Amino acid sequence: MSRDRTIPGLTVALAVCAIGGYFIPDWLMNQMMFGFARALAILGLLVLWRTGLVSFGHALYFGLGAYAVALLDINLGISDAFVRLGVAMLVTGGVGTLLGFILRNYRDIFFAMLSLAFSMVLYGILVKTEALGSTDGFTVSPPTFLSAAPEGKYPLFVLICVFGWLAAVLVQGYLRSTLGRLTTAVRDNEIRVEYLGYSVARAIHIKYVMSAVLTGAAGALTAMALGQVDPDSMVNWTASGELVFVTILSGPGSVAAPFIGSLIFELLRTYAFELVPHAWQMIVGGTLLAVIFFLPGGIWSLFARALKADK
Amino acid sequence: MRKRKPSSRLGVALVAATLSAMAFSASSVHAKDNIKIAVPAFLSGGAAGPFGVPARNGAEIVIDAINTGKLPAPYNSKGFAGATASVDFVDESGGSTKQVAEYRNLVQKRGMDVVIGYISSGSCVALAPVIEELKTLTVLATCGTPRVFEEKSRKYIFRTMAHATADNVAAAHYVTSLMPSVDSYTGINQNYAWGQDSWRDFDLSVQHLKSSAKASKKLQFPKIFAGQYGTEISALSLDKSKLIHSSFWGGDLEAFIFQGAARGLFKKKKVVFTVGGTAAYRLGKKMPNGLVLGARGPYGILVRDRKTALNEWFVNTYKNRYGTYPPGPSYQYGQAVLATKIAYDKAAKAAGGFPTQEQVIKAFTGMEFESFSTTVKMALGDGHQAITENGYGITKYDNENGEPGITDVKFFPAECVMPPQGVTSVDWIKGGMKGAKC
Repeated sequence: MSRDRTIPGLTVALAVCAIGGYFIPDWLMNQMMFGFARALAILGLLVLWRTGLVSFGHALYFGLGAYAVALLDINLGISDAFVRLGVAMLVTGGVGTLLGFILRNYRDIFFAMLSLAFSMVLYGILVKTEALGSTDGFTVSPPTFLSAAPEGKYPLFVLICVFGWLAAVLVQGYLRSTLGRLTTAVRDNEIRVEYLGYSVARAIHIKYVMSAVLTGAAGALTAMALGQVDPDSMVNWTASGELVFVTILSGPGSVAAPFIGSLIFELLRTYAFELVPHAWQMIVGGTLLAVIFFLPGGIWSLFARALKADK
Repeated sequence: MRKRKPSSRLGVALVAATLSAMAFSASSVHAKDNIKIAVPAFLSGGAAGPFGVPARNGAEIVIDAINTGKLPAPYNSKGFAGATASVDFVDESGGSTKQVAEYRNLVQKRGMDVVIGYISSGSCVALAPVIEELKTLTVLATCGTPRVFEEKSRKYIFRTMAHATADNVAAAHYVTSLMPSVDSYTGINQNYAWGQDSWRDFDLSVQHLKSSAKASKKLQFPKIFAGQYGTEISALSLDKSKLIHSSFWGGDLEAFIFQGAARGLFKKKKVVFTVGGTAAYRLGKKMPNGLVLGARGPYGILVRDRKTALNEWFVNTYKNRYGTYPPGPSYQYGQAVLATKIAYDKAAKAAGGFPTQEQVIKAFTGMEFESFSTTVKMALGDGHQAITENGYGITKYDNENGEPGITDVKFFPAECVMPPQGVTSVDWIKGGMKGAKC
């Protein structure tokens, strides 16, 4: 047996972030919160990607998670971060289970387009309905934690880090389980998997629900970190595209990859935005092209290479 | 099958990343002879051409003139309370959630002293709580929704142009007083907050001003950025109403005008475009004659020929630098920058030195000043929301000079088209516009 050092590595990273987060400037903490919250969605997409499925519609779950938080806040005045997160995951889990029955029968481009279609249905509903905030969206009040309402963003930052760690460890455990190892097998040869006695549809369904719940959590945490939800940045197809973008940027190599890739994306976009306000999209897009050409394994492959050379 | 998963160095790598990022964030201390201004406007996407770029340009010429002391009197002193402004233009595209994240960067990372701009109502509504949280003077330039100051009282936010209620109330006044033959009306508006609010304000105002006028039951609410209006245009042509109200803007507006002109819609119906002003210069000769145009206030084509020193300076400087006449957004951004300078100067005079932010805010509150094209009174929202006159005119291409022109321009005073302090716009219109001075 090889020693898998992913979990100890993640634990060290968690400790570093949680302690270091206390000393870093506000803007950087914001960037890390957005980056790590989005990384949960990337983690979900990574599980699907390893099966050979790409969803161009995960903004559906991102938006559902975010709007669950906003609607809880506005209609029921619920500000507790744990309740908000829990409800968002329940809602996205429920919707994911239902849509999973349909989507598990499709592969490749059909899977991608069908998931895109479902997400645009939600977008259309949100934009047209004034009670759901229309294009303006909602402002979300700052979260409380079990009736404590601490000042500043640090508590939420720690929550995001801890939740991110937990999700990464669980996904890692899943990928190493029998069901998880079917992931790549399904991608390589579905018929053989069926002959081994496993249901491919079921395996895909489970992965789909997992990715939905993770993406819902990402949306909920982003909504709390930002204090704002709106359909254009969170539910439109461009938001789905961004998630796929960051997944490719990160690479499928490890459950740690989404966190690194997503943070790098956040910083890249911020600096591109600051330095070339007229053409920042070109810098961001150019980076993706460069990654595809020179680092087919994503940014993670840089880390993997460096770490391998060490041993 | 056994591969080693590399990760323990991850922690070290993250520490390094964190530290290097901290080095970037080096403090933002600056001397009193310089202030940092951020100007957000759409610089990419569909709203960049008609709104963002002219807005940015309008801000740029005014900031440059302030830095060199070249504005006409009485604003010919150098700088903002003597301080030279360095300006960063920022892209407003990407949705309001993204703007919230970027606003935090502007203040916390880039150390801006003042933020002047924002075109979309979505941006302004979303940003209001963040601005108050980060306590940085922010002057909204163009965005229209009344919600910003009607939902809550704000301390750090100012808006130097009238809000969208004025556009539709003035449109109703124009139609009912200058177009007596109009006894029925319908509307085509985008199906989202802006379109829905605009129609509601216009409809309520016309009902109040001319109760005999009938609204059509077949209103058109296509989705935003639809781009294709074939079915809507057919439906509007068949509708018996004589007038069409539309709050279309940007690319949708231009697409609707092209498609409507091709099907003869504008020959059959009178059409009032509440924000049509931006299209006049962009479409040039392709803009049909006879459309009723607004410019969200006394800006752009409606005031091109006002012969005041300030207006002539603005029009000529803009035209020399960018080759076209300044449309509405240029005026609105220029006005927001000018207001900020006046507030800084006024505060400096009162304080006898470079003012603190608190002093600037105090000077800004309730201020009244002469802008490039009009008088601006910070009268609503406890002195944070401006009111100005608002007007409409009818397009007529000027063949002699080969440029877009406008006739029958009529302005309504500020107190006629905006609610008084303390009343929300919808309540004011529904309650019969009490206190309006027309």
